[in-house]
Amino acid sequence: MKTKLKDIAEVIRSKNAGPYELTFDIIFKDWDTYQTACDKKIINEEIIAKLYHIPVEDVINIIEFKPAKAIKATIVRPMASGELGETDVYGAQQHAPLVDLEVEL
Amino acid sequence: MRELRVLSPTAILGYGFPMESFEEGMKRKPHVIAVDAGSTDPGPYYLGAGISFTDESAVKRDLTIMIKAARENNIPVIVGTAGGSGGEPHLQGVVDIVKSIGQENNLEFKMAIIHAEIEKEYVINKLLDGKVKPLHPVPELTLEELEKTERIVGQMGLEPIVKALDEGAEVIIAGRAYDPTVFAALAVKEGFDEGLALHMGKILECASIAATPGSGSDCMFGYLSDEDFRLEPLNPIRKCTTLSVAAHTLYEKTNPYVLPGPGGILDLQETKFYQETDNIVKVTGSKFKPSKVYTVKLEGTKKVGYRTVSIAGTRDSIMISQIDAIIQEVRDRVQDNFKDADYKYHLDFKVYGRDGVMGSLEPNKEITSHEIGIVIEAVADTQKIANTICSFARSTMLHYGYDGRISTAGNLAFPYSPSDFKAGEVYEFSIYHIVEVDDPYELFKIEYVNVK
Repeated sequence: MKTKLKDIAEVIRSKNAGPYELTFDIIFKDWDTYQTACDKKIINEEIIAKLYHIPVEDVINIIEFKPAKAIKATIVRPMASGELGETDVYGAQQHAPLVDLEVEL
Repeated sequence: MRELRVLSPTAILGYGFPMESFEEGMKRKPHVIAVDAGSTDPGPYYLGAGISFTDESAVKRDLTIMIKAARENNIPVIVGTAGGSGGEPHLQGVVDIVKSIGQENNLEFKMAIIHAEIEKEYVINKLLDGKVKPLHPVPELTLEELEKTERIVGQMGLEPIVKALDEGAEVIIAGRAYDPTVFAALAVKEGFDEGLALHMGKILECASIAATPGSGSDCMFGYLSDEDFRLEPLNPIRKCTTLSVAAHTLYEKTNPYVLPGPGGILDLQETKFYQETDNIVKVTGSKFKPSKVYTVKLEGTKKVGYRTVSIAGTRDSIMISQIDAIIQEVRDRVQDNFKDADYKYHLDFKVYGRDGVMGSLEPNKEITSHEIGIVIEAVADTQKIANTICSFARSTMLHYGYDGRISTAGNLAFPYSPSDFKAGEVYEFSIYHIVEVDDPYELFKIEYVNVK
């Protein structure tokens, strides 16, 4: 079944993890979907790299955090927080491509 | 079973809190009131410029309530990362506020001031000894970057704060500190488990952000025992749920199972969250694992120039369809016009409505809106050059005769006069590294003042 991430997630957010990393949290609505999402690895390094047009090496990790029904991805910031050319000092608005991501469950 | 109770009034000192929530917290007889006052999140400027990102009046309001309540109950108040960045000017600003609170309210107490600003010379020696390491993905530190660095702070661990408590401090104003330390220090001094204390601190540092609905300006209460800790929001409209608390453990972290801090890691692989009541969550299993070598994280920023910005918009479909070419032509005109002046500058055009928010990460570069916002930005070695470049780019773009132009009166809508804003000094992060220290107190001198 094809679905959009925003339809199965309760929270999709991005934030700095320090000035040199961006981290994305996807918290799912229910346990069954979360389990399927983990089993099918719908969020993986290749998907994140493709979505943000970055090399796979810049995806630092993908972590399943069961206590929060969450999958987390962290990437190298394209530039450090506040560097010249920066567009989002807090990194709080970089989640957008995930919201409309189509996934196969 | 013994219990240690901690009141966290607000996520950042100066963000405020409702008095009702604070009073609910005091009814629960806390052993300590603690608050985190800073972060690197607002970017590199505040550390470099020595300025706080919170407002002095708002900080004084929060601290007055905290210190008065703490003195009435004879419990300590602990503030971490004073002044937002925890350097000397930041620390001094908060110390002055605390002194005035003491005088204006006829309060007497012993205040500890824990310094966290680090001498450049110290870091140079450590770097030459090979004891400064980058945290991935930060580049290696070079002497050149160090030389340019304006201000360096170290992120203190629990030890200096525990020492200040041991030495009888009633109000502790700490410079840059690992966020959970101010909440965990009294517990660790009393012999409670460091892992549970630090994990509780990690959640309390954001106060009610870990509740649902979340808020950064409302109080949270922590109860620590020898086996677990519990979290309770103090406003009846909020609840702690296993999900809201677990989700907060993820927040702003690369890996929620392994949280590195001064002197070791917080290991949450066996952490479990239980819904104890409708609004209280119990947490067990969090462990602190000391590392072989004690390391402290350093943060430093360097000045890279002065900024001038101009904010404008365009509503012309012909102009919008050619925006990239127009920007390039304006860049070329600026460069050509000042080619003899040998100015070094950074000129940037942020196009809102296309990729103003995401920059290089934006997957959809097509403009589909009827209007776009353009922020013209110049950064140069002096404010005067930045003004010159921004002004010239702005006027060139305003009157630029691009291909197919039929609106010959002007290309930009400015919401303000003056149209250009001098934004002052610009800083960038230059140090975000760890340094090996001989002992946890090495970098953090404690000074005592009797306030009366």
